[in-house]
Amino acid sequence: MGESLIRADNLAKWFGEGASRTMAVRDACFEVRHGEMLYIVGPSGSGKTTLLSMVSGILKPNGGNVTVEGRDLWSMGDDELADLRLNKIGFVFQDYHLFPRLTTLENVAIPLILKKVEWDEALRRSMEYLEIVGLKDRANLQPVKLSGGEQQRVAIARAIVGQPDILIFDEPTASLDGDTGRKIVEFVKKRILDENRCIIIVTHDSRIYEYADTILKMEDGKITGVEKNHLHEK
Amino acid sequence: MKGIFRIALKLLMNDKSKFTALLVGITFAVFLMVMMMSMFTGILAKSCAPVYNIGARIWVMDPAVNNTISSIPMPDYVLSTARSIEGVKYAVPLYYGGAQVKLKDGTYQSVTVIGLDDSTLFGRPELVEGRIEDIFAENAFLVVKDAEYAKLESPKVGTEFEINDNRGTIVGLARVASSGLFGVPTLYTTFNRAITYIPSSRFTTSYVLIEPKRESDIPRIQREIAKIGYDALTSEQFVRKISDFYTFKTGMGMNIMLMTAISFIVGLSISGQTFYTFILENIDKFGAMKAIGAKGRELVSMILFQSFFTSLVGYGLGVGAASTFMTLAKLRLPEYAAQTTFAILGFALLMVVVIAGISSYIGVRKVLQIQPFDIFRG
Repeated sequence: MGESLIRADNLAKWFGEGASRTMAVRDACFEVRHGEMLYIVGPSGSGKTTLLSMVSGILKPNGGNVTVEGRDLWSMGDDELADLRLNKIGFVFQDYHLFPRLTTLENVAIPLILKKVEWDEALRRSMEYLEIVGLKDRANLQPVKLSGGEQQRVAIARAIVGQPDILIFDEPTASLDGDTGRKIVEFVKKRILDENRCIIIVTHDSRIYEYADTILKMEDGKITGVEKNHLHEK
Repeated sequence: MKGIFRIALKLLMNDKSKFTALLVGITFAVFLMVMMMSMFTGILAKSCAPVYNIGARIWVMDPAVNNTISSIPMPDYVLSTARSIEGVKYAVPLYYGGAQVKLKDGTYQSVTVIGLDDSTLFGRPELVEGRIEDIFAENAFLVVKDAEYAKLESPKVGTEFEINDNRGTIVGLARVASSGLFGVPTLYTTFNRAITYIPSSRFTTSYVLIEPKRESDIPRIQREIAKIGYDALTSEQFVRKISDFYTFKTGMGMNIMLMTAISFIVGLSISGQTFYTFILENIDKFGAMKAIGAKGRELVSMILFQSFFTSLVGYGLGVGAASTFMTLAKLRLPEYAAQTTFAILGFALLMVVVIAGISSYIGVRKVLQIQPFDIFRG
């Protein structure tokens, strides 16, 4: 595995104030390297999603800091942060969040459109990524006409079309049956992950743990353990 | 077109039911607003028709006169005074009143009679048939060939009729720029014949028409006329006085204003509600776009674009529908009182912009409130 891409130090996040204050994450430290697939696992309410949001520049921590390629994430302004997410991070949401009124191809092109790539060029490049996820023939369909697994792959194509260094998956198998979920993660591991990129997956689906390089276990907002999968070490 | 606007447009237009509802709401509102204001403008224009048709620069009248048909006869010295004012090129009397014409079947038809100064015929209409000098013949009248002409059983040159128990003869058919508001035929004759044939009070001059030597003479003429207790209004001032009367003293203006306001509220309600639903349905997607890296201002510009695009298309359709309706109505009723002006189009556009602004404000607030973290939390 390569150099550190993301580093989180003593991250803390709480919601509410006074008596109603709830600690969501406390003293979270970890790093993710190039070429690494890191899982954040734990029961519901353990702080996985909060931790993921803080390292992906979406939720500001109350304490600690996050660096991406050495740059302090939370010292950036809103626009700079938005640019960093657009250029460095690809998101695959649990419910995919594809626009139902756009075609599959147009959905994939959104990050490129936001990067101000010309419309025709954005569609051309998006088609290449739809081909990678095996959905070239579904390019002109609306997402509602696709199966859950296919929608997941469209979301993946949208996440990688901008060639980000960091890919964030939020519960990628939650809406899929076991077999499809495994296939998706296997596909991501084999086809999407490379030495220039890292992938962070939040999940509590133990059936896909075998694909992880590192597993962070969380409970009550704390990282309670770090497991390395030595079979994957190069 | 910029990519995000193209995305915004596709999001909106591919949601056919909402896009249609938005268009219908705005189109309907614009149609009603333009129709109401055009009808009112048409009515005002027709109420001022004699001012336009006669074409005098200055009208002298009793201060109590607030529209052409309610003229109050003035004594002869008003005309003499007007003629004596420095800066007056000429001043002539005008008779303007109503009479009854007995038709062949024995029924009566109201008419407007305009009596022109015998020596100059100032304010005479354009003739389409007959000769103007024949107006000096015995019992001679010109009839205006407009939409009301048929109410006099479409008389020809030479047709005789009975007016207030006097014999009248048509010696010419005339055409004027605009017909009157009340749907009665118009007859022109000389001033002296008019005051002879039509019963009148001691005073006979309805208006004194003045032509100033120069525009700069007008204030002096107005001051001198005011000294004898009368008003000397320029044609623009008289038109404004008539318009103010119908707008503020007849209830007509208030009704039209209310209808316009109701149309605006209907349009705003439909468009605001539909647009809000549209934004709500897509709010998680906008949140996802924010997470991906869209900036707040980009999402705001998308929403503004959607809102203003719909509003402008609706505006175009509404104006088109109103124009079509008025054109069809005028084919059937040539004197249909509706007149669309640039001011009306501008006002309707302004109202549409307000509708778009308010509708998008609701959506913009929603989109700015959504946090990408909410998307992760589901």
